Amino acid sequence: MWQIIEQIFPYAIAYTIPLLITALGALYCERSGVVNIGLDGLMIIGSFSSALTIFLLQKAFPGSSWTILVGLFAALVVGALFSLLHAFASINLKANQVISGTAINMIASALTVFLARNITGSGNIRLTNSLGKYNWPLLSDIPLIGPLFFKNSYATTWLVLIILIIFTFILYKTTFGLRLRACGEHPHAADAAGINVARMRYMGVILSGAFAGLGGGIYLVTFAGEFNGGVAGFGFLALAALIFGQWKPFGILAATLFFGFASTISNVSQVLPQLATIPPVILKIFPYVVTLVALVIFSKSSQAPKASGEPFDHGKR
Amino acid sequence: MNKKGLVSLISVLLGLIAGAIFMLITGHNPLEGFKSLIQGGTLNLERIGNTIATATPLILTGLSVAFAFRTGLFNIGTPGQMLFGGFCATAVGLTYNLPSGLLVPLMVFVAFLGGALWAFIPGILKALFNVHEVVSSIMMNWIAYWVVYYTIQGYFKGNMETESRLLADTATLRAPWLSNLFGGSYLNLGIFVAILAVIIIAFILNKTAFGYELKSVGFNRHAAEYAGISVNKNIILSMMIAGGLAGLAGVVQYAGNANNIQIGVMPSQGFDGIAVALLGANTPIGALLSALFFGLLYSGRGFMSAMTGVPPEIADTIIATIIYFAATSILVERLLDKFVKSRKEKKTQSAALTGGAVSSTDNKDENYGFMPPNSSDSSKNNAKKGDE
Repeated sequence: MWQIIEQIFPYAIAYTIPLLITALGALYCERSGVVNIGLDGLMIIGSFSSALTIFLLQKAFPGSSWTILVGLFAALVVGALFSLLHAFASINLKANQVISGTAINMIASALTVFLARNITGSGNIRLTNSLGKYNWPLLSDIPLIGPLFFKNSYATTWLVLIILIIFTFILYKTTFGLRLRACGEHPHAADAAGINVARMRYMGVILSGAFAGLGGGIYLVTFAGEFNGGVAGFGFLALAALIFGQWKPFGILAATLFFGFASTISNVSQVLPQLATIPPVILKIFPYVVTLVALVIFSKSSQAPKASGEPFDHGKR
Repeated sequence: MNKKGLVSLISVLLGLIAGAIFMLITGHNPLEGFKSLIQGGTLNLERIGNTIATATPLILTGLSVAFAFRTGLFNIGTPGQMLFGGFCATAVGLTYNLPSGLLVPLMVFVAFLGGALWAFIPGILKALFNVHEVVSSIMMNWIAYWVVYYTIQGYFKGNMETESRLLADTATLRAPWLSNLFGGSYLNLGIFVAILAVIIIAFILNKTAFGYELKSVGFNRHAAEYAGISVNKNIILSMMIAGGLAGLAGVVQYAGNANNIQIGVMPSQGFDGIAVALLGANTPIGALLSALFFGLLYSGRGFMSAMTGVPPEIADTIIATIIYFAATSILVERLLDKFVKSRKEKKTQSAALTGGAVSSTDNKDENYGFMPPNSSDSSKNNAKKGDE
């Protein structure tokens, strides 16, 4: 049993991390009062822009590994820029946020393949080398924990965990975090207290775009290895994780780990005979079913930001 | 033309302009591109037939989204409902060996039922637990995706890993006479299903008490409840009918335009349904027309790609951009209002110049808020004094 866990652990983590960072961004977005259905599209944009950056840089500087870092940074920036579309529509124009998010998803998946075809001829961009794994000195020698956490771990895993801790702190312990949450719970009260609701919401959406972009980039360099026009529904899974984690940072950490392991077990169940007893379909639909169940259970005591999805109208009470 | 129609047209125009800009950026000639795009969809009878066939599932998914919208529900679950409905129909078509006249209607019925079942869950969750239908529908989409994926792989696998066995000709909506009429296109009986659905839905919405109830729930839930309309019943029914329509799109797509079901892809027609409904201003006829327009974009893109080298995804990009502009139609509406207003003002100004004196009482009323201006001023002064 232990051996199986040790075998699938790195894959499960690789699955979890892009979900986690995307869901964290979405948490900031929804906590500021803007629903973001466009996570999948933002991840696709991030995945595409990092693929393109890495592809071009690797052509110019073959064999160097810093190109991947630049690619991830590009994903972050482009994701943030692209999310401005959603921010503008849902904050300035008070558009239906769900429709705007759907449009983001559709634009992203169409536009990226369109551009990829123009650039590489096919709709795919294949990376020649993906992100290297890293063994921590000393720490990886610790029995039990060492091989799980510190051997063969991606640098991005640690980056995302650090981001999670920092942004949890910001959300709960800083003025900015308090104001952001206020805008999602009761924007009129926040407005009356002198907080610029529109600016806070812009911050939330842009942060979500940046993190989802980064998530797409991480998905590419650790998990997929190739851009092919989509991120296999990771964005929607991140949305599910956000709800299942009840809009709390460590809730989404638990939810994404849960989803990561469930999906990984279903992926490897054909290979590992011990796991073949569970039909893969059960494991695959598991995250979505538990999210539905969570929605029902928490329907009375939902922690969802109260004003999430409602455009803020200055003059409306 | 009404304002909504005008806004839709402007969104389309903006989407086409965006498409032209993308073509320009990537070094293609937009005029050539659009010319061959339209040619690709209308050049001869076969191409026209294919355009209509491509539009058929879009009509149904658009109708599905539009119908739910009228009850104030956002059915983003059309891809899942379409997939599951199509899957049910395919399963029936592959399992039972019946005469065509019996099997095909059965498949259509089963598809409707499958889609309705898939939408029933978000509907009942919304009605009983007030779970937002968008979130639950998205979850249902992915549940459908994986359920269909593994069931097809386990029981109905075809030659390729990613598709089911082929349906026999007796188990599809294809009709040789219709195909021959349009020069061998893959146009099929699905179009009649779609047109019938448009007529029935238009009738339900506009001419029946049930449709009136649905619309009143959409306008104002609480007022409807107060008037004695069962909101929960209408929400569930509306979702189920919307799901059923999406299921019909599934049978039309997988047992009409194609003759097997593809797995491992979300059917793009589902999300396109949102665009169709938005552009069609949530009316059945509007959905029909905008689906035909999108069908033209989709069926012409291959020809355009071959003739000009513009990647076919430009069609998807244009459609997605149109949705964005439709979502932000407030911007367009504001501009329109401004335009209309400025024209009106010019008229009144010229009227004032030429003729009668305009009474100024109207303006006075506007200046009064909740309180006469004087009293509010004095209270401000008092407050200031108090501070000092």
